[in-house]
Amino acid sequence: MAEKKPDYSALKKGGFMRQKQKGYFSLRLQVVGGNLTAENIRTVSEVADKYGKGYVHMTSRQGIEIPFIRFGDIEEVKEKLAEGGVKPGVCGPRVRTVTACQGAAVCPSGCIDTYALAKELDEHYFGRDLPHKFKFGVTGCQNNCLKAEENDLGIKGGMVVNYKEEACIQCGVCAKACRENALSMKDGKVVIDRGKCNHCGRCVKSCPTDAWEGESGYLVSFGGLFGNKIYQGETLLPIIRDKDTLLRVADAAIGFFEKNARPGERFRLMLQRIGEDEFRRVITEAYHG
Amino acid sequence: MDEIKFNEQADITDQVCPMTFVKAKVSIDELEDGEVLAIRMNDGEPVQNVPRSMKEEGHKILKLHNNQDGTYTLYVRKVEEG
Repeated sequence: MAEKKPDYSALKKGGFMRQKQKGYFSLRLQVVGGNLTAENIRTVSEVADKYGKGYVHMTSRQGIEIPFIRFGDIEEVKEKLAEGGVKPGVCGPRVRTVTACQGAAVCPSGCIDTYALAKELDEHYFGRDLPHKFKFGVTGCQNNCLKAEENDLGIKGGMVVNYKEEACIQCGVCAKACRENALSMKDGKVVIDRGKCNHCGRCVKSCPTDAWEGESGYLVSFGGLFGNKIYQGETLLPIIRDKDTLLRVADAAIGFFEKNARPGERFRLMLQRIGEDEFRRVITEAYHG
Repeated sequence: MDEIKFNEQADITDQVCPMTFVKAKVSIDELEDGEVLAIRMNDGEPVQNVPRSMKEEGHKILKLHNNQDGTYTLYVRKVEEG
């Protein structure tokens, strides 16, 4: 390939991160929800061997980067990866990899199908250009293995629980399983303090007679940051009961960011500059449809 | 409270997670279908998780009894996989 000056911004958008070593790039791959097929991994392995230095770097957000790709090899590398079903990731001011824990499809603690949701969010939003980076993270339950509140928009699985006294054998397991002290046993009966319930669903998961029913829902946090500044995303809405509402809220949040943030300004910093009131109004409206 | 009749007992108060569950599982595996195991466990993490794990293994939880000494006894009826 003839020598020409690389368009770093376009390369960055395509997941190629300029290295300190001149002429080399670390190629970021698109990994959705932390899952890769065996074929994907074989392909990555072959590319790292042939075009890189025979190793990969696992990023903090479930991504893979293949370092030491030569500028001149970029097109060929992209083709090889595409043959194995592997796509380049993105960096720069846009929607990044959607991360997820294994969720209800695999994990006994999961309240929602995190991978299916991560794929759906990825299809909707991945790579969308915005004033600054924007991160989605999906975690299946209150154990929060995926650290939802670190993300600009974090989604955490929860349950709205319902007690059926007629099915209860007063065994006391749910009162011990509850970590919020929302449940207690009094004179052999279950006493419920709804105000303390955090929708973890442990009563449902532990009940031996299915006297607790749970309906899955989404707890959404906004404005998390875990870089130069650290802020915990805030849950500004009640638990969301259906996916249509969730996507409406996500659309409203990302639209608000697009409209109001200055170039290079993260979601949280925008909220701090203009105040949260208007944002709360917008997402509450989206929540109610 | 009515005493629950049981066939075998296991004491997992000397174990920590995940061996609490492992010891409980090994104990119930030795029982016949329909027999009842009494598992004595510590308050805290074991009592939060072991009953749920036994349920997820497909067994039938009968009762969790507070022994008032910082331990609980869980009565579980063994259910053989179909």
